[in-house]
Amino acid sequence: MASERNELTMPSTGRAARAQHLLKGKTWSDRDLKAKIFIFSAALLIMAATVALTVFLIVKGLHSFLIDGISVIEMFVAGEWNPNANPPSFGALPLLFGSFAVTLLSVAIATPIALGTAIFMTEIAKKRGQKLMRPVMELLVGIPSVVYGFIGLTVIVPFIRDHLGGIGFGLLAAGIVLGIMILPTVTTVAADAFQSVPNHLREASLALGATRWQTIYRVVVPAALPSVLTAVILGMARAFGEALAVQMVIGNTAQIPHSLTEPAATLTTMITSSLGETTYGSLQNDALWSLGLILLAMSYLFILVIRFLSYRRRSS
Amino acid sequence: MNAKVTDRLATLCFILCAAITAGTLFSLLGYIVFQGVSHIDWHFLTADASTFQAGGGIKNQLWNSFYMLLMTMFFSVPLGIAGGIYLAEYARPNKITAFLRSCVEVLASLPSIIVGMFGMLLFVNTFHWGYSVLSGALALTIFNLPVIIRVTEDALAAVARDQKEASFALGATHWQTIRTVLLPAAFPGLLTGIILSVGRVFGESAALLFTAGLSTPNLNFGDWNPMSPQSPINPFRSAETLSVHIWAVNTNGIIPDAKIVAAGSSAVLVIVVLLFNIIARLVGALIEKRWSGK
Repeated sequence: MASERNELTMPSTGRAARAQHLLKGKTWSDRDLKAKIFIFSAALLIMAATVALTVFLIVKGLHSFLIDGISVIEMFVAGEWNPNANPPSFGALPLLFGSFAVTLLSVAIATPIALGTAIFMTEIAKKRGQKLMRPVMELLVGIPSVVYGFIGLTVIVPFIRDHLGGIGFGLLAAGIVLGIMILPTVTTVAADAFQSVPNHLREASLALGATRWQTIYRVVVPAALPSVLTAVILGMARAFGEALAVQMVIGNTAQIPHSLTEPAATLTTMITSSLGETTYGSLQNDALWSLGLILLAMSYLFILVIRFLSYRRRSS
Repeated sequence: MNAKVTDRLATLCFILCAAITAGTLFSLLGYIVFQGVSHIDWHFLTADASTFQAGGGIKNQLWNSFYMLLMTMFFSVPLGIAGGIYLAEYARPNKITAFLRSCVEVLASLPSIIVGMFGMLLFVNTFHWGYSVLSGALALTIFNLPVIIRVTEDALAAVARDQKEASFALGATHWQTIRTVLLPAAFPGLLTGIILSVGRVFGESAALLFTAGLSTPNLNFGDWNPMSPQSPINPFRSAETLSVHIWAVNTNGIIPDAKIVAAGSSAVLVIVVLLFNIIARLVGALIEKRWSGK
């Protein structure tokens, strides 16, 4: 450590010192090369991991269609998921329905509160709002998802059972749990979006005699709209992919429910409940990997949409 | 209704939204901590988990969580920092860099259960490591890498350009500049980010379900031979962590006091995550204060 410091402050003036370093084989150009090799291999490894993840899951996910002969069309159209029946049926429609339903429900619950909070942070109480709400957001993000699931199980499910009827487990419980989970994500990104609206727009609007509310909904919100949309889609992506918290409160019945308080299932909850219980390589197991492939494809779709939105924002 | 009244009402609405958000957080934390804290005692923290009787503890799960966390950090911190240095310092604006950035973005936004499924395919089944600490730690590494990369890149980018140029002007090489000027200057931000990511890794469960498993062998805390199947530090044994335990006792558990065990475990989990959060803030503020000499 000491020699490194010296070298920096006195760039190898003494010949003897330089010779000594050469003898030790530890010149900075040597280290430069070693460091460069490590850093470049790390970058390579990150790319390799991402490609491997995608390729492995695609190949494994296609197995059930290409080798076991499950029909792709059946998977997307048939309404019954019953891999253990004879003959087994692999209709993922109820699961897809469940996934989209809880995602939309959670976004519908979280977005109004999140946008209101974000506007409070950036437009109403600028300094104190930020100082108070930023840590609140970070803590909410930090609470582990199983803890959210556990709260859903012990507070939200009994509440629904007592006040709305049914067994409590279902889309509504899952939507509420997910709504709370994505609240900080949507709020933080939306707050950043409102904050990046240039101040002269607000000032111009206020100078024209507009009230703060008029400025917010006629100037600030329209100006920040594409980024706000990104915030909502980020929330959707998180809700769509969440597994354990949803699995604990949704009831895990592969059916298209008739009401919000009836149990249902999603892609992730089916994988969570069954992947470890089925034999690796069996037909039932392969079908679950196909569900994983659908989940992967949806995740990539969310990423593309978010990219498209931010690309348009940058170019406009 | 005139404009001024509408304005007042709208302001009230926004304050209400913020109050709901803050209220949700405090009631969540309050509920978890106060519900659970009464179940936490020395016995709960140091007893083995029971399979079907009441009164089990969480000793092994707690140990597994910390051991897995340590191993994950051992892999993900050097790799993530290297990746961040690459993006901040070495990357040229070309297609490979753009691809690498996309990869980091993809890894950051994939659901953690997908990462767990990949871990099962590669580490558990292809490498035949089975449900193990190592498989779990590597899956968590994939989960944590993008966070460390971003933290590093941001911290390095925030270092003033003058410092870097001054170092180059003194004849320092590129790596010398990174190692002796940029990294020390970026250290407070880097450390804060890494400690925050620790909390996230500690609470993660979906990525571990299919990589580290739902069981733990009967650990013998007198046996520190890493190859012995009952050793706490054997990387090839299965390891149920605390967060996975909360899920498992609630869904397939048959113990009669599942709710109590889950409440206690949740409280421990949340308290640990909170502690990491507070430590991250304190450490960041402390270093900042000392180094800026205020």
